[in-house]
Amino acid sequence: MKAIVTVLGKDKVGIIAGVCSYLSAKNANILEISQTIIKGYFDMLMIIDISDANATPGEIAGGLKELGEQLGLTINFQREEIFESMHRI
Amino acid sequence: MITQAEARQTNEMIRDEKLDVRTITMGIDILDCADENIERFCTKVYDKITKTAKDLVKTGDEIAMEFGVPVVNKRISVTPVSVAASACRCEDYVPVAKTLDAAANEVGVDFIGGFSALVQKGESTSDVKLIRSIPEALASTDIVCSSVNLGSSRSGINMDAVKRIGHIIKETALLTKDADSLGCAKFVAFCNAVEDNPFMAGAFHGVGERDCAINVGVSGPGVVKRALEDVRGADFETLCETVKKTAFRITRVGQLVAREASQRLNVPFGIIDLSLAPTPAVGDSVAEILQEMGLEYAGAPGTTAALAILNDNVKKGGVMASSYVGGLSGAFIPVSEDHGMIEAVEAGALCLEKLEAMTCVCSVGLDMIAIPGDTTEETISGIIADEMAIGMVNNKTTAVRIVPVYGKKAGDTVTFGGLLGYAPIMPVNKFSCASFVNRGGRIPAPIHSFKN
Repeated sequence: MKAIVTVLGKDKVGIIAGVCSYLSAKNANILEISQTIIKGYFDMLMIIDISDANATPGEIAGGLKELGEQLGLTINFQREEIFESMHRI
Repeated sequence: MITQAEARQTNEMIRDEKLDVRTITMGIDILDCADENIERFCTKVYDKITKTAKDLVKTGDEIAMEFGVPVVNKRISVTPVSVAASACRCEDYVPVAKTLDAAANEVGVDFIGGFSALVQKGESTSDVKLIRSIPEALASTDIVCSSVNLGSSRSGINMDAVKRIGHIIKETALLTKDADSLGCAKFVAFCNAVEDNPFMAGAFHGVGERDCAINVGVSGPGVVKRALEDVRGADFETLCETVKKTAFRITRVGQLVAREASQRLNVPFGIIDLSLAPTPAVGDSVAEILQEMGLEYAGAPGTTAALAILNDNVKKGGVMASSYVGGLSGAFIPVSEDHGMIEAVEAGALCLEKLEAMTCVCSVGLDMIAIPGDTTEETISGIIADEMAIGMVNNKTTAVRIVPVYGKKAGDTVTFGGLLGYAPIMPVNKFSCASFVNRGGRIPAPIHSFKN
């Protein structure tokens, strides 16, 4: 099962480290990262594989949300199907 | 692979343009609860609902969390009570409404629909009991919704029932006068009611349905409005294409959520209802879409044409996205639930008669309209008869959800709260239709050929 994590907020030290260590702790495998800085704002999209994760998708979504609040960022976790269904016929 | 731009677009739709799954509605058949004894009937209904829907709210919340799309309401619809309870030996069905309320509260859903009767051709003893029970049922419960089907293109309009409903609406307004006649907001009169509608107040689980089904209602007027901002001034072809593509995307989200809900709850998937259902929030309005199309206010000349374009292209995009589009699909035009409509009324751009014309091309009918409390029951019946006639002749669903607010007059405002919003009281034509409404009997079905 794949999911997409988007991170948006003011750039600062340790964002990628924070998100990656959280995902690593949940045994989620990062497949792809694309990241840009637009006018000081950090914008990252990660595609992750959660097939072998040690938590449910709901728990990971909740955990990432909390992490976002701690780091002052918006972190969204969504299962990949929502994007696939909306943008692909 | 999904691009960053696509991911951002989806998230903007959800975060800024208020794309949401408005409701996951579980339809539950309660015909097998039939019993001569109303207490036993109520016990069986309570047990069946609380057992069948016990995981509905939890599942809805889980799906919302995993896919990052809000699921605003979780609801239940049941077989029309006038059919399911017809074996009961009792005077009225108020205890059934209280049972539905209790069961819905127990499982934590937002609304339960199906305190309903289908009387398009005539009323059975049970239908009469149900209709008579509506005012007290709505006054003594919180989340029970009621509906009555008064006409159809196949059987005409039951004018005896139309007359009765005028009286019932006034009585409901009186019994709930302390809450600005809020009871009337939980009741809707239909022509050509659909059996798989997930939206309230008109949801019921049709007798042609299976034991249990998941119907999902998706909304997103803000998304359509935002998409149209990018094609300002473009021709009608571009306008229609834009609405279609947007409706497609919205419906696909609904389809995904419906499939997930159906699998997790182990309940067959029924339909997706793609309805642009506004809320009182700014940016979540059907009237704003009409304005974006080029009207100063909803209600200006051109409004009916603009709404026809919107309604038709929402359906065209929707049917491409899901094989089972059903329910009411299209654009709702409630007044109190749509801040753009409220503004149009306040500006004097939108009147009841223009709304009536708009209902010829929208997906349902006169919806959430507050009128003066001293409007006579015959006038309310006349408004209903007009709306039923539009549905009957044009082979479409039409409905009336109207609130004669006790003690208020035209120009006052009333606040219903939550998704029901607030509304200016709209003036009603003062001339009488009493002799027409009081004739009694039935309007025959219209001819189905010579269409012009």
